[in-house]
Amino acid sequence: MGIRERLSGNEAAATAMKQINPDVVAAFPITPSTEIPQYFSTFVDNGQVDTEFVAVESEHSAMSACIGAEAAGARAMTATSANGLSLMWEMVYIASSMRLPIVMSLVNRAVSGPLNIHNDHSDAMGVRDAGWIMLFSETNQEAYDNLLMAHRIAENEKVLLPLMVCQDGFITSHSIENIELLEDAKVKEFVGEYHPKHYLLNKKEPIAMGPMDLQAFLFEHKYQQAEAMCNAKQVILDVAKDFEKLTGRKYGFFEEYKLDDAEIAIVCMNSTAGTTKEVVDSLREKGIKAGLLKVRVFRPFPAEEISKALAHVKAVAVLDKADSLNGVGGALFTDVTSGMQVNGVTVPTSSYIYGIGGRDTTTKEIESVYKDLMEDSKKGKIENPYRYLGLRKE
Amino acid sequence: MAYNVKEVVADKPSRFTSGHRMCAGCGAPPVARMILRALKPEDHAVIANATGCMEVSSFIYPYTAWTDSYIHTAFECAGATLSGVEAAYKSMKKQGKLPDDEHTKFIAFGGDGGTYDIGIQSLSGAMERGHDMTYVCYDNGAYMNTGIQRSSATPKFADTTTSPAGSVIPGKMQSRKDLTEIMEAHHLPYVAQTAAYLNFKDLYEKAEKAIYTEGPTFLNVLAPCPRGWGYPTEDLMQINKLAVETCYWPLYEIENGKYKINYKPAKKLPVEEFLKPQRRFKHLFKLGNEWMIEEFQNEVDRRWEALLKLEEMSNKE
Amino acid sequence: MTEINKETPACKMTIGGNIYEAGNAREFKTGDWRSVRPVYIPEKCIQCGLCFPVCPEDAIPVGKDQKRTDFNYDYCKGCGVCAKVCPFGAITMRVEGEE
Repeated sequence: MGIRERLSGNEAAATAMKQINPDVVAAFPITPSTEIPQYFSTFVDNGQVDTEFVAVESEHSAMSACIGAEAAGARAMTATSANGLSLMWEMVYIASSMRLPIVMSLVNRAVSGPLNIHNDHSDAMGVRDAGWIMLFSETNQEAYDNLLMAHRIAENEKVLLPLMVCQDGFITSHSIENIELLEDAKVKEFVGEYHPKHYLLNKKEPIAMGPMDLQAFLFEHKYQQAEAMCNAKQVILDVAKDFEKLTGRKYGFFEEYKLDDAEIAIVCMNSTAGTTKEVVDSLREKGIKAGLLKVRVFRPFPAEEISKALAHVKAVAVLDKADSLNGVGGALFTDVTSGMQVNGVTVPTSSYIYGIGGRDTTTKEIESVYKDLMEDSKKGKIENPYRYLGLRKE
Repeated sequence: MAYNVKEVVADKPSRFTSGHRMCAGCGAPPVARMILRALKPEDHAVIANATGCMEVSSFIYPYTAWTDSYIHTAFECAGATLSGVEAAYKSMKKQGKLPDDEHTKFIAFGGDGGTYDIGIQSLSGAMERGHDMTYVCYDNGAYMNTGIQRSSATPKFADTTTSPAGSVIPGKMQSRKDLTEIMEAHHLPYVAQTAAYLNFKDLYEKAEKAIYTEGPTFLNVLAPCPRGWGYPTEDLMQINKLAVETCYWPLYEIENGKYKINYKPAKKLPVEEFLKPQRRFKHLFKLGNEWMIEEFQNEVDRRWEALLKLEEMSNKE
Repeated sequence: MTEINKETPACKMTIGGNIYEAGNAREFKTGDWRSVRPVYIPEKCIQCGLCFPVCPEDAIPVGKDQKRTDFNYDYCKGCGVCAKVCPFGAITMRVEGEE
């Protein structure tokens, strides 16, 4: 059962792509995701996949080519980071509005400027309203698993939306970890074949895609996207159930780590969850009831489920690895708190901006957040909800 | 088989239908339609269209004027979008996912905005990568869709809404970019410049060659715009004629590096005959502005002479 | 016939704005844009074929016999390009509404 390997996050993503064997991959190199198209083009040139690799001249063209390929009736994939995603931004919206289940591996990195090649989540946060399903991955294993589940979710008839799998640049993308891979044949069977209903290359039914969509229609088309995003929730759970049967690895909207009896909790995404788990364990040893909610599915946002999972907690800190620069807090923070409000959950909650531009976030710093939470829970209210973690101050 | 316009029109149904919403007298639909008629009737095509006049008026939901498969994504990426379609075709054919006996051709249409300017990177990339496609630029010499702003295809001195003929600066002060030559610099198997002239023979034959030459090919087609150029709608074919007869828009092709000028006017007309009927050049004919026409003429002559030389040189043994 | 119109509920609209009936723009009539109208005079027409391809609207029907018939006024926008290219005076332009 499974193949034990040691792979970096980028290798894990490229391996998943090899096993998925998409018809087209179009990508442009950008740190820290560059290795993915590098590994993948090696698979192509050594005849290990059937894929046409389009070595485009920019990320804008990468997404345009993926759109063309997927619309043509093919499975198309890409990988990028930071400014690469910024350059594709226009096409990212067009991909989802055309309802094309393209799958992207997004290796998170700080968006310029100033220029910085290291990890934060400002790239992903910049496309959070673009109509893509967004899965986050704490480990290389999760990046791999999420990619294997991606097409089953995105291509579901009730969904038909593009999907991105995020992982932390360098922290996981370049770190070698133990990983359990599935056999090629099992991946092939699990992912299945792609048979779109309508596609450009069907001579029997020529179609037109990407209209001028005026006042009488765009509103309804956007609603259809919204509905598809809502439908994605159940599909994500169904696919996770099948994946669990196959691998024994369990996935949901989020992972609750020692949360059920927790009094104070952190909400975060990607690799920081690993650091936080370490801190939770050590605090638990000291008798402090600390817990963690690690968000896996950021879009569609499981607002109701998260609110319920946090309802019993006395204070919450939401960690955002990107600032929304809105004078309020990070994007995950505003989503979590508005979800709580709508679902009638009142827990003192604060926003922590951390780790910008690849700044290390230590267990000591995470501990300090829990310490703050203990204070907050005693007070029962939050006086300064917009906080920076690990910032040098006078 | 010798070209016969009546036969072509009668035997090959239009693949760009009536009911589109281009302006009355627009120069683009007749050329697009004739280019598509160059397809073999049994072949399917996928058309990619850059945002522009043609796109916003040919596929307004829920009506499409294209009888082949059609995709529009954005302004600057018809080349890249069609790259993806073509790569999908190659991959799926190779894997046996598409019928063996069906042939699909790939044609992109972009205006000069989507081709010379915002889309040149995407076009250049697609051509360099060698995708089997034909990119057609319908050149109307300005951003007509957004209301006649200057482009790098706009001729010198033209009055546009972002290069107005003012009292200090008399219109656009730069000469037009030579995109056909830029495409030739990609060393494509086939590059041609054409217009709807002489019964569309030149246009049709070049389209046929471009579409059925394997690899990336490029057509630059003149598409006069009555609104942007300021001439009466009925004069479309006269304007096309004057563009060619003055050598403002030479008809030529380059096959694997060899230049061929397909039409050499017996008597090259002075360029002012092309300029005069157009409102965008009205200020050139004001007293004291003779230098502008002279300069315009010099530039046309210089480029025509250079083209003659290229033809001569590239055909030397 | 295209069933989608301004009353169509969201659930009945095609996703992504796709259209699966290629060439259905023929259902959209543009003839009402016209302020002047070409009039075809068959007696003067020698079926030379000059007018066939210049029409931006494809509003000059041409049969398998390579002969044109009267204009399709459902689409003709009245640009007058056809009348201008006819060397035989077989097409004249009249103001719409006038005999």
